Amino acid sequence: MNRDVIIRVRGLHNQFGPQVVHHDLDLDVYRGEVIGIVGGSGTGKSVLLRSIVGLNRPRAGTIEVFGKVLSALPLAERRLTERRWGVLFQDGALFSSLTVAQNIQVPMREHLKMPQRLMDELARLKISLTGLAPNAADKFPSELSGGMRKRAGLARALALDPEILFLDEPTAGLDPIGASAFDMLIRQLQQTLGLTVFLVTHDLDTLHAICDRIAVLAEKKVLVVGTMAELMRETHPWIREYFHGPRARAALEAQEKNPLPEHQRN
Amino acid sequence: MTGSAVSDKNADTQSAARVLFDRRGDEEIIQAQGTWTVTHSVDLDAALQLHLAREQYRSAYFDLSGVQVLDTAGAWLLYRTIREIEGAGGTAQIGGGKPEHLSLLEAIAAADRPQEAPEPRVHWAVEFLSNFGRNAEEFAGSMVDALGFCGVVLEAIGRAILRPSRLRVTSLVYLMEQAGLNAVPIVSLMSFLIGAVLAYQGAGQLERFGAEPFTINLVSVSVMREIGILLTAIMVAGRSGSAFTAQIGSMKMREEIDAIRTLGLDPVEILVLPRVLALVFTLPLLGFVSVIVGLFGGGVVTFLLLDISPASYVTLLRESVDVWTFLVGIIKAPVFAFLIALIGCFEGLRVTGTAESVGQRTTQSVVEGIFVVIIADAVFSIIFVELGI
Repeated sequence: MNRDVIIRVRGLHNQFGPQVVHHDLDLDVYRGEVIGIVGGSGTGKSVLLRSIVGLNRPRAGTIEVFGKVLSALPLAERRLTERRWGVLFQDGALFSSLTVAQNIQVPMREHLKMPQRLMDELARLKISLTGLAPNAADKFPSELSGGMRKRAGLARALALDPEILFLDEPTAGLDPIGASAFDMLIRQLQQTLGLTVFLVTHDLDTLHAICDRIAVLAEKKVLVVGTMAELMRETHPWIREYFHGPRARAALEAQEKNPLPEHQRN
Repeated sequence: MTGSAVSDKNADTQSAARVLFDRRGDEEIIQAQGTWTVTHSVDLDAALQLHLAREQYRSAYFDLSGVQVLDTAGAWLLYRTIREIEGAGGTAQIGGGKPEHLSLLEAIAAADRPQEAPEPRVHWAVEFLSNFGRNAEEFAGSMVDALGFCGVVLEAIGRAILRPSRLRVTSLVYLMEQAGLNAVPIVSLMSFLIGAVLAYQGAGQLERFGAEPFTINLVSVSVMREIGILLTAIMVAGRSGSAFTAQIGSMKMREEIDAIRTLGLDPVEILVLPRVLALVFTLPLLGFVSVIVGLFGGGVVTFLLLDISPASYVTLLRESVDVWTFLVGIIKAPVFAFLIALIGCFEGLRVTGTAESVGQRTTQSVVEGIFVVIIADAVFSIIFVELGI
């Protein structure tokens, strides 16, 4: 794997009122990796994601994506850069007045002015790639289950073939079978499409199953970044508790019993 | 025959996408070059479609050695072209592709599933009729539901009268403040203007008969009997009826109504009853304010325009109306209030899962509220005429 930095965060400072969320936070994300962001509640995992994609304006610090400082770009160029990533929000954030297929076509229609026939074909392809049944295309978000909404949200995030995929708690609210199926889906899409995946999660199974590296947010910054094995050896009390607690042990055992096939792990 | 198509959008500073066609004997050579990505997909799609429509051949060779970047859109276009050639009885071969491109093509091929047959189209007249029937049936159903809801609310009111301790006083007072007190400024402003306009227009017309003093009769009777109460009710339907629908609707959406039920409580008693009573209590008061301010507005105009002093305005006013003129107006207020609140809460409870439905129901609630108030006003008119009041 090459070490081409695709997201570079330096000296990030986020503050809401008197409450400091991030102070002097640094993080590098490499092209083609799956990086998992973990941390206790309120450590600003989602805020970090929102800062990178430009939904939250940080107090200080620079964020470079694709080697460009986004906040310094002129609007037109910034829009072009934003097309190169896709975001999956927690509950899919599908537009409730549009069908699944129309949701997927929104970015195609707005950015590329595609002919309807091509949009239909590509929407059908994305629906199939994300493991939804073909008849989901004409359903409205309210007619879908939570897991299907997430898949549809993923299909929309992938509509313009982004290079980076941001996922906010992709497995939260899914049953264990659905969650591990979703993990597999992300890994498989990441491999086939060569994506970089930025993943905010609480799910230890997800961390074990698909993350190349894990960044731990604590004490207002990125405390440690490393592979699962490296983090297991950390001595910081919170990290020890997180990765050695009863749930962590169960996830680890599950992983050892049923590891991913070698070709799926790079 | 050779041809080529180029897409040179300088969109993301990357190079162009190109497709070249060349005939070698019986075989068509299709060379894909450059960045086959979604950015160039529109041009590539058009070029490939045009080519397929024009050319006839039995076998094709796809040379992918020039492809630098391939994404799902580009891979789909390649795959679709191959599928169409093979579907027409030809053969297609791929060569020169990078391993990751070939595996992406495989993944695309695996994801392509036969399309389900679209539903047969129905004749427009049949569709019109079936829509008409469905809507009529839904309308009838909702009327029955509304009537049922009306009964449930009346029953709740009955229970509250028998056991007043069950009434939620805090919530009732809060809602009275929201729907009543806070509406006083806007209702006053509206009534003042209406009273003034009535006097102004009326004076202009009555002047022609030398009957300017009757302007006061015009203003007092119309404001007291009809306009003061009716416009206040319309204002409240737009202001509070819609708020009730949106409040209850979003609670329904977030399953708060279900939570109330599972806690063994009655949503009608907790949410609907205080809202209905709040409006029933406050709309007559608002109507009273509206009447007084409307008469004041009329008085200001008659003073400025007709030189009738405030003292003689009051005297003439007392000659032109009696207590029944006022009562006929104000008696309608609680009925209007009941209808508005009932519709507001009913539509709120009809909200289904989506944010869109909250918007639809809120609009519906205002439209129905105003409509029903006007109907009720007409019914009252007929009753009063028959009674000779």
